[in-house]
Amino acid sequence: MISNLPQDFSPILVQFLLALGFVIFTIIITHVLGPRLKSKQKEDPFECGIESEGDARTPLSVRYFLIAILFVLFDVEIIFMYPWAVNFKSLGWFGFIEMLTFVAFLMAGFYYIVKKGVLDWERD
Amino acid sequence: MDSVFLIKSLIILGIFALSLGIAAYETYFERVIAAFIQDRVGPDRAGPFGLLQPLADAGKLFFKEDFIPTLADKWLFILGPSLAMLTALMTSAVIPFGDSILYDGHEILVQGIEVNIGILWVFGVVSLGVYGILIGGWASNNKYSLYGAIRAASQNISYELAMGLSIIAVLMMSGSLSLRTIVEEQHGMNWNVFYQPLGFIIFLTCSFAECNRTPFDLPESENELVAGYHTEYGSMKLGLFLFSEYVNMFISSAVIATLFFGGFNYPGMDWVYSALTSKMGEVTGHNLATLVGTLVFFGKIAFFIFVYMWVRWTLPRFRYDQLMDLGWKGLIPLAVVNMIITAAAELSNQPLLVNWIGLGVFIALLYAGSALMKSKKTSV
Amino acid sequence: METLETIKNLTMTQWSFYAVSVLTLFGALGTILSKNPIHSVIYLIMTFFSLSAHYVLLNAQFLAAVNIVVYAGAIMVLFLFVVMFLNIKDEAPELDNNKIVIGASIVGGTIGVILVAAIRLTESQKIDPSTYQIKTGFIETLGQLLYSKYLLPFELVSVLFLIAMSGAVMLGRKEKGERNF
Repeated sequence: MISNLPQDFSPILVQFLLALGFVIFTIIITHVLGPRLKSKQKEDPFECGIESEGDARTPLSVRYFLIAILFVLFDVEIIFMYPWAVNFKSLGWFGFIEMLTFVAFLMAGFYYIVKKGVLDWERD
Repeated sequence: MDSVFLIKSLIILGIFALSLGIAAYETYFERVIAAFIQDRVGPDRAGPFGLLQPLADAGKLFFKEDFIPTLADKWLFILGPSLAMLTALMTSAVIPFGDSILYDGHEILVQGIEVNIGILWVFGVVSLGVYGILIGGWASNNKYSLYGAIRAASQNISYELAMGLSIIAVLMMSGSLSLRTIVEEQHGMNWNVFYQPLGFIIFLTCSFAECNRTPFDLPESENELVAGYHTEYGSMKLGLFLFSEYVNMFISSAVIATLFFGGFNYPGMDWVYSALTSKMGEVTGHNLATLVGTLVFFGKIAFFIFVYMWVRWTLPRFRYDQLMDLGWKGLIPLAVVNMIITAAAELSNQPLLVNWIGLGVFIALLYAGSALMKSKKTSV
Repeated sequence: METLETIKNLTMTQWSFYAVSVLTLFGALGTILSKNPIHSVIYLIMTFFSLSAHYVLLNAQFLAAVNIVVYAGAIMVLFLFVVMFLNIKDEAPELDNNKIVIGASIVGGTIGVILVAAIRLTESQKIDPSTYQIKTGFIETLGQLLYSKYLLPFELVSVLFLIAMSGAVMLGRKEKGERNF
């Protein structure tokens, strides 16, 4: 049954079509069934009863971007560990030392980030 | 080949229908459990014991106005909830729901696809879940939605890191990315949770955060952000957002049960298998044993879904800085420590013993360190 | 008529290759042609997905998964963050569209010619399907190579990440008087 070939993936198409069909069906049915009453007040952005002021898409704290950049870096490092984890038993203690070096560099960077206060949310 | 593919498609259809049905009834049980914990009656009007409540809820949402704000980006506004639902429904493909079915001389696995990259598929699709929320929140053109979306995205990506690291420790034990191999390694009662108590706790916490469940439901914390990223949503588009959360809860319970609690394995499974095959014949017995395994697996899933709800009605919500501190400064270093302990334990000949000793040493060091810090602070 | 015959005789693999290629090109064209930057990002995510499907067709399953996790899952989230919250539409200066189109087509055409020439010159190895190792593109093979033969580059990568992290921290320092929430 397991052939290790691309055709192993073919059932995923069935699942994808099912999921897509379900989503499209739901969106269309709810559009058809629901009533439609237009009003200027209703279609304004919701702001707890007061007039909405300014553009909703305001600039956000740079901290969110930093989190995203750091996430990309850490994510790539974690992906590097997957082949190691799978071959872990055959690599033995040598592989252990290798990964310890890698993780040491990672944690050094992590320590630097924490020290610089990038992750301190309570401080402005 | 054709009949095999047909049965495979039927299995996928079954899993698909089950995940939708279970997600629908999760909403009912959430209310029942909430009512029980808070000493209330709970839903009891629609049908016997209120069992038709999910249908009534869905019907209500379908007949609501399909509302799109004037300032919103129309297509992205529709795309947001669709993506959230689509990604939630795609994850179940690689999860082994049972052993295999013997049919017409073929052995068909009770699993969407059995591939070499199993757990990475889960990891990849989960990381795409951010898009639905981010796009939906931005398209609404509302400050609350935007803030909820950016919070949700930051939270999800932060907890993904610790999640990926805790999976690595499991992979080291099985030596394969395939979820089926991971399950087969845990035959009988040899479950990973006994080797990986710390990894299990990290993974459980991260899956709470990934599903945006309490205590990590910051994206929709109603006392500060109205309803977070779905403030402007109504009708079944809102329904898709809410529903995808419940589907995700089901899927992540299944992944937890697969990775740490042995999937469809249960103690005494060999005895059941031999008893069934000797009584009912090779083929029927095998299929029945598979069925028993699948039922056990669903029992485990139900338990974890219950844990989700139990926690929701027990713990208060975190503050945002606490949430980020826990994710980055707490869970990531812990996951790295867990990985190193597991590596050392697996290379020694006594993985179980060394794992627990390592964990004990780590906790002792942590305790001693904090005591030292405290005494320093008081002396200053 | 001949083209019809060839279309009829396509194998399953060829069918899927052409279908996925059409999707990839559609996504790539959508990325550069759509006016709204958010739409571009979504088209780009679609392109990465179809590229992953290409990797699967080549039986490089690990690469396909990594492409989804890293490119579609991480880097595109960063793109989306930046595009969504920097409000590009107000600050984009008026650009002369014609000049850009002419410049871009010259650059793109030159790169295209160079690529075609380079690919024609390289001698591609013919692979015998009967002796080909199916698991060449799998994570096990990759790990064995990465942690023995390519050990030094691997360790150097971690140094590179360290530098990237400190760079990100330096770039992200907040200046006084910025308005955000």
